[in-house]
Amino acid sequence: MSKFREILLTPIFKDNPIALQILGICSALAVTSKLYPTLIMCVALTITVSLSNFFISLIRNIIPTNIRIIVQMTIISSLVILVDQFLKAYDYETSKTLSVFVGLIITNCIVMGRAEAFAMQNTPGVSFLDGLGNGLGYSLILIVVGAIRELLGSGQLLGIDILTTTQNGGWYVGNNFFLLAPSSFLIIGLFIWALRSWKTEQVEEKEFLMSKNAPKEVETHHA
Amino acid sequence: MQKDSILNIILVGVGLCIVCGAVISTVAVSLRDQQEQNVIFDQQSKIIDAARLLEVYPSSQEALDSIEEVVVNLNDGQPSSFPPQQYDLDSILRDPSQHTVLNGSEDIAMISVRENLSKVYIEYRNNELKTLILPVRGYGLWGTLYGYLALDSDLNTIVGLEFYKHKETPGLGAEVDNPNWKKLWNGKKVFDENGLVQISVIKGFSDPQSTDHSYEVDGLSGATITSKGVSNLLAFWLGNEGFGPFINNLKNKEIKLSDV
Repeated sequence: MSKFREILLTPIFKDNPIALQILGICSALAVTSKLYPTLIMCVALTITVSLSNFFISLIRNIIPTNIRIIVQMTIISSLVILVDQFLKAYDYETSKTLSVFVGLIITNCIVMGRAEAFAMQNTPGVSFLDGLGNGLGYSLILIVVGAIRELLGSGQLLGIDILTTTQNGGWYVGNNFFLLAPSSFLIIGLFIWALRSWKTEQVEEKEFLMSKNAPKEVETHHA
Repeated sequence: MQKDSILNIILVGVGLCIVCGAVISTVAVSLRDQQEQNVIFDQQSKIIDAARLLEVYPSSQEALDSIEEVVVNLNDGQPSSFPPQQYDLDSILRDPSQHTVLNGSEDIAMISVRENLSKVYIEYRNNELKTLILPVRGYGLWGTLYGYLALDSDLNTIVGLEFYKHKETPGLGAEVDNPNWKKLWNGKKVFDENGLVQISVIKGFSDPQSTDHSYEVDGLSGATITSKGVSNLLAFWLGNEGFGPFINNLKNKEIKLSDV
């Protein structure tokens, strides 16, 4: 049983797809300006990666090696289209907000990465758990980023006023930087820093040594 | 059978396509009604919001029942006999015989083509025109804003402005959806005494003492281009290329909508 738990929980902190493998950054920047669409995106991705792992693992023994990537992509895109269709039918508001980013789950490296690295070698049940774990690992980062961005950018969480902004007659001047995509880089960077200070084994080995600074030139004259 | 044999490659490829294709088409077809319903419901709710009908009618359905759809010819400002149920803006914008290409100086809303026929919504109360709801659109910062402008029975006072589709930045341009900002439109005037369109979104706050206060809406801070886009699209759609002739005809009682 502990093996299943490990497969499920490892991707959350120890081998987080965003923080350690640096995958799936694109959507982490794009959909996190508000918490609610972020949550929907997390659910959509978690469903996609779990099910794609499951189905790919199910037919892994008959997938011809030459066309395996095409087969994986076909399964992944079909699942993403299904998720998109359901979203359009049952949560139209959010599907408008997420627009193309649901479709772009197809190109999310996490989904393809788990299919190729895990599902092709493991049984369906375990692959499903691996997908679920990676989906949750992705969701953890996205929710942190989404919560910070919505709170500091619009003074709200899930659309409920926490820090009432001046636009709505309060005191908080929203920080517009957090409404723009680059702020996610900052938050993800800080998250990775915190995570690696806690789990120091995640710190990568230096690939090369920095050369020592050249000695400072002595200033000979002053302007 | 060999996993990598050509036969297996073809079988797996074709089999997968058939299975995936069948699943997707089944789901897509069975969800289509629900999805189309959502789109229609979303637009209807914006029309109701723009005209503030829920302040008058107890339910959306009753609000909708009070609205009549009228297709208007924008070239002469007269109602058209085109059936409103069959009106489809997308196909009109694709068909060169049904739209007019705008040249640079006319195209202030940056929409490049304007439909010849437009569908407007009229709310009747006691058999009198109470609210006129006009579809408007124009370019903001990242894309076209689509919305509805509701005018009161004097055809000069704004009841409300709602956008149902846009791509503006959340927190900045997307504040066009902020209820507090939308409230500012209520009661603003469109035309001055010479019949020129004066309504605009200004930079900063409108001074209540100013003579132009009734034509001015506070700008969205940090969203100058979106604010300008909203001003431009109103100027276009209320002007001569847009609904201007139709509004004038209505004002001068040159058309009787009950005849339509």
